[in-house]
Amino acid sequence: MEKNNGLLTIKNLTKHFDISGGLLDQLSFSNGKISRKRTVVKAVNDVSFSIQPGETLSVVGESGCGKSTLARTVLGLYPPNSGEIYYRGDRIDTLSSKEMLPYRAKMQMIFQDPYASLNPRMTVARTLEEPVVFHNKSISNDEVQKKVEDVMEQVGVDPKWVDRYPHEFSGGQRQRISIARALMVDPEFVVADEPVSALDVSIQAQILNLMMDAQEKRGLTYLFITHDLSVVKHISTRVAVMYLGTLCELATVRELFDSRRHPYTKALLSAIPILGERKPKHIKLKGEVPTPINLPPGCIFHGRCEYVNDRCKEEKPKIRVLDSGAQVACHAVEEGRI
Amino acid sequence: MVGHLLEVKDLEVKFALRFGDLTAIDGISFILDKKEKLGLVGESGAGKSVTGFSIINLISKPGYISGGSVTLDGVKLNDLTDSEMREIRGNKISMIFQDPMMTLNPVLTIATQMTETVHAHRNVSKNDAMDIALDKLKKVYIPSPEKRLFQYPHECSGGMRQRIVVAIALLTNPALIIADEPTTALDVTIQAGITDLLSELCETDDMGLILITHDLAVVSQVTEKIAVMYAGKIIETGLTEDIIKNPRHPYTQGLIGSIPGTQEMGKRLTQIKGMMPTLTDIPKGCAFHPRCDIGEQICRETTPLLESVDGEKRLIACHIAGV
Ligand SMILES: Nc1ncnc2c1ncn2[C@@H]1O[C@H](COP(=O)(O)OP(=O)(O)OP(=O)(O)O)[C@@H](O)[C@H]1O
Ligand SMILES: Nc1ncnc2c1ncn2[C@@H]1O[C@H](COP(=O)(O)OP(=O)(O)OP(=O)(O)O)[C@@H](O)[C@H]1O
Ligand code: SF4
Ligand SMILES: [Mg+2]
Ligand SMILES: [Mg+2]
Repeated sequence: MEKNNGLLTIKNLTKHFDISGGLLDQLSFSNGKISRKRTVVKAVNDVSFSIQPGETLSVVGESGCGKSTLARTVLGLYPPNSGEIYYRGDRIDTLSSKEMLPYRAKMQMIFQDPYASLNPRMTVARTLEEPVVFHNKSISNDEVQKKVEDVMEQVGVDPKWVDRYPHEFSGGQRQRISIARALMVDPEFVVADEPVSALDVSIQAQILNLMMDAQEKRGLTYLFITHDLSVVKHISTRVAVMYLGTLCELATVRELFDSRRHPYTKALLSAIPILGERKPKHIKLKGEVPTPINLPPGCIFHGRCEYVNDRCKEEKPKIRVLDSGAQVACHAVEEGRI
Repeated sequence: MVGHLLEVKDLEVKFALRFGDLTAIDGISFILDKKEKLGLVGESGAGKSVTGFSIINLISKPGYISGGSVTLDGVKLNDLTDSEMREIRGNKISMIFQDPMMTLNPVLTIATQMTETVHAHRNVSKNDAMDIALDKLKKVYIPSPEKRLFQYPHECSGGMRQRIVVAIALLTNPALIIADEPTTALDVTIQAGITDLLSELCETDDMGLILITHDLAVVSQVTEKIAVMYAGKIIETGLTEDIIKNPRHPYTQGLIGSIPGTQEMGKRLTQIKGMMPTLTDIPKGCAFHPRCDIGEQICRETTPLLESVDGEKRLIACHIAGV
């Protein structure tokens, strides 16, 4: 995969969580022998992609497919089990926290629940000042104040409210404030994990507009995590579809919505309720999502796929780049059966 | 006169709080017939759930129904005693919630929960109760229902649990199902299955459905009628198709415009300025006027009534758009 032309590139990124608990929980006794069993959640498996400067790459997929884990691993909040992360061509997953500092200011995160991510005991002023001062110790007080005011205006929160606390704001305003906090350090790259999922549609529209405006003005690059496919369709440049910790398909938003290839993507997109569409044709998937603790062999989706053959049950499909540039991991697509 | 399945008239719900009474539901009226599906939509705090609960008279303190009437199959529910009301709730109206665990008991098997419900409402043998339970599980397309019966809720996925809740709701052959955000917590691929199922059941089992949700797209796929709520009132109601194609009230227009996917990709979304008022500061006149782009003086002074436009079918509450 390309490595240097992307703003951020991940290669074969894997993140597993060991949830075995203490040693005693792991031991079991059977057939006269004591054995030790580890339980590992395979949240993200061998994911590679590259995010281009100025684009919005959305990651979609159903609950538990590893979207948030991917987002956090990309930002270095979780150490990956294996794989590589590059920022502007520099490898960053091997850096110490001190070496990582200059990159931290360039990469910011916005969360779903602004209430949980804002410190309830900090006024808006302090919430916004803190990251600036942290990353730029020499900045003057006046400059900080000016910046707080500018950014608050940009996100549509009246600067005269700087001395208020998070609980004095509505959900939409709190999300504006967490966006403001991310913008305070002039980032290049923003990871937004379900930033509008908790908001009402009319407020959601305000926040999406705000994010699109900020992107245009500041040339931001977004990694946008969401399960809402209508939002994805509206704001993305490209879309990555994940299933059970694995990347199935990655394509431009237009190509994905017009001519998706992967059987899971087809089912997922067919299920989106579309305003005013009376007789929808949902592709019904058989079975249920397996647990990420016991991943199926072969193609991760084979147990639910209508195109499954023997090869799918044994061999993991690799991501292949189609002529259109779309990336798909599916044997049926490779074999020309789809 | 042949009666309707459900007739809600001038329903009003208040919350008695320390500093006085707050009106949460301010005189709403609608009608539902057999096999008919009504979508009750609106944003958080509009009063959708309170409306749902007040229909089955399950408003808990400090809330109380302060006016209006609810008539089911010709029986005025307001006049019933508590035990008569319990009877209706068990037999004629079922409610489904966003979180299946509000209905399911985590420590009992599916079979136990289902047969208990059957026994509570009907005098049947153990075997018959089990057969009824199995029949309903089949009806909601639970795979290998014989096996599921003897499992606990935690052994089922979220989508499966919600199907089981629907099966439980069907046990008493209700005439009306009130589903409050039944698919909001579910993934889209599972959501589609549940909404298809609810639609199908209304048809096959002669039921009425009130689908409460903030998701207009879901409502537009399932229901024939929509009532849009804002700050405790219905501000627009009519046939789903008409409203989606041609919303008349400025709030409904803004709401539909706000939905990504209805507009050209990447362009700014239509946005309604500000937000819905809380119950403590509902503005005088039209509650929407501070957010409205076409409002005039009268909007700030007089509350618009829900009145018919386009003949009979469409009602809107707006001084300006209504004429
Ligand atoms: N800190 C953790 N410890 C153990 N397991 C975890 C942890 N974080 C996530 N997981 C597990 O990893 C898998 C992926 O979770 P993740 O939160 O990344 O999914 P998601 O796609 O963001 O889902 P959602 O749409 O529900 O937010 C899930 O099975 C989850 O239970
Ligand atoms: N027990 C209560 N005491 C005081 N106010 C209440 C109570 N329950 C509900 N309310 C108020 O009644 C109004 C309507 O609430 P309701 O739960 O019906 O909204 P909703 O439309 O269902 O919203 P959501 O989409 O968030 O579920 C809200 O302003 C809410 O704060
Ligand atoms: S009555 Fe006035 S304020 Fe209310 S919706 Fe109509 S135009 Fe807007
Ligand atoms: Mg997540
Ligand atoms: Mg509600």
